Amino acid sequence: MSRRTVAELSRSLARGEFSSTELTRDYLSRIKQFNGVYNAYITITEELALAQAAAADQRRARGEHGPLTGIPIAHKDIFCMQDVRTTCASKMLSNFISPYNATVVERLNAAGTVTLGKTNMDEFAMGSSNETSFFGAVRNPWDPERVPGGSSGGSAAAVAADLCAIATGTDTGGSIRQPAAFCGITGFKPSYGRISRWGMIAFASSLDQAGPISKSAEDAALMMNAIAGPDSKDSTCVEVAAPDYMATLNDTLQGLRIGVPRQHLAEGLGAEVESALQAALKVFESLGATIKEVDLPNSHLSVSAYYVIAPAEASANLSRFDGVRYGYRCADPVNLEDMYKRSRSEGFGSEVKRRIMIGTYALSAGFYDAYYIKAQQIRRLIKQDFDNAFKEVDVIIGPTTPHTAFKLGEKNSDPVTMYLEDIYTIAVNLAGLPGMSIPAGSHKGLPIGIQLVGKDFDEARLLNVAHQYQQNTDWHLQRPEV
Amino acid sequence: MALEKSDVEKIAHLARLHIDATEAQEVASRISSILDLIDQMQSVETSNVAPLAHPFDAVQRLRPDVVTEKNEREYLQKIAPAVQDGLYLVPKVIE
Repeated sequence: MSRRTVAELSRSLARGEFSSTELTRDYLSRIKQFNGVYNAYITITEELALAQAAAADQRRARGEHGPLTGIPIAHKDIFCMQDVRTTCASKMLSNFISPYNATVVERLNAAGTVTLGKTNMDEFAMGSSNETSFFGAVRNPWDPERVPGGSSGGSAAAVAADLCAIATGTDTGGSIRQPAAFCGITGFKPSYGRISRWGMIAFASSLDQAGPISKSAEDAALMMNAIAGPDSKDSTCVEVAAPDYMATLNDTLQGLRIGVPRQHLAEGLGAEVESALQAALKVFESLGATIKEVDLPNSHLSVSAYYVIAPAEASANLSRFDGVRYGYRCADPVNLEDMYKRSRSEGFGSEVKRRIMIGTYALSAGFYDAYYIKAQQIRRLIKQDFDNAFKEVDVIIGPTTPHTAFKLGEKNSDPVTMYLEDIYTIAVNLAGLPGMSIPAGSHKGLPIGIQLVGKDFDEARLLNVAHQYQQNTDWHLQRPEV
Repeated sequence: MALEKSDVEKIAHLARLHIDATEAQEVASRISSILDLIDQMQSVETSNVAPLAHPFDAVQRLRPDVVTEKNEREYLQKIAPAVQDGLYLVPKVIE
């Protein structure tokens, strides 16, 4: 039953080859067998899953089903789920039982998905290797000595090892795309504002966006159809109705204009990633696309600007964790200030504290203009670079990461080295654009991802381009031996 | 830009974090190296560039000022560390 895409599972459920309950039991037994190895899940919601599967089977019997009804899913542990522990991989929330559902969860529940559990991640989504989790590192299913990427590392590992059919993730600077690249799967970050952030624990509010982590672009489109669109609970979620992302998957790529960022082919890009990218571009050419180089002249400044904007927003967002209303409170505080300081210092890990401090510094009196305003000015330059490039091309395609998955412990001693891992993905968040990573090669047994970037709210085009690539190649079908 | 130990103590206080005196030097050097990365921004002249706070320059959407949520105080306070009579308990603030 397992090792199939959502689209395939959905057809099998429709033909009655097996029930959602049988499928769910199969996934739960795989999780029990393999989660000890990969640590992809923080919480397994077995009882809930079996109840949802039974309900999905009844719904299907009544003919009230959609394509996702009865499909086993995993949610990144950043999404609040009512009556389920929601930790954000932090000691701060290790006992937090959410009193409400995130909109993404609510919509997927309504579509009839079956929740297997909550996936591991970097603490508060701050990391690129999943090593900052309070619940321990996740291991890459292609090589357990290597990281799965981050911050949605648990979701990516769970999809790659087939411990769920599909998963949710979030992406602030590359947290869906980079782990998708490292784990050989499809990761999709929609435009900022396409999907409600209600109930998604905030890291950097002007950058955060939810999206699918899946086995194919078609599966990503299926999930997008369920979660995209306006939500009155999130005022930053755009009021424009989302299109049917399945409807355009099979559009031709004849005449598609692809831009390749000259700056992303420069120093720092691994030869194996570059050759996978060039091979993929040949495939697109054979499908009728034209390729030209484009310039993103300020892209080298994206990491610098991001490490002001994201920590600044994080320092404000994470001020809510004060030990008063929910979350961790230190033992025996002597006064209110002691309670704040010790609750936060004991509840947050070192990377989270580091980013709160950078953000606090950047926003503090005397430094605000030099850091925060400057970063927002750079942000506009980066946005303008994309605007200019998109005058000449329809999509931009480049590498997702400089190289394949690195080893556990290899980069976590120096934060700057880790930050530079997201060199190709961060600019896309600063510009608010849709981006995705799809598998496009392999090197020494490790997957290679390429990144597709689209115009504002042109998600349908990206999914179309990725789907056509996947119809003509089989990199997305390769699975690790688990 | 290199931070001193005293800078770290000041920032930690603003952020309501407690940093042990023994860690302060290491935290200062880590944050200093991140600030060096950030300072690459200063290489670009931006005096005529308007800051971009929202990727699409959007402004906050407002809803009509009417009550839409029902009172769920007890339910929402079930997860609080300490509550009494509908109030959150914290260490004594006023002597």
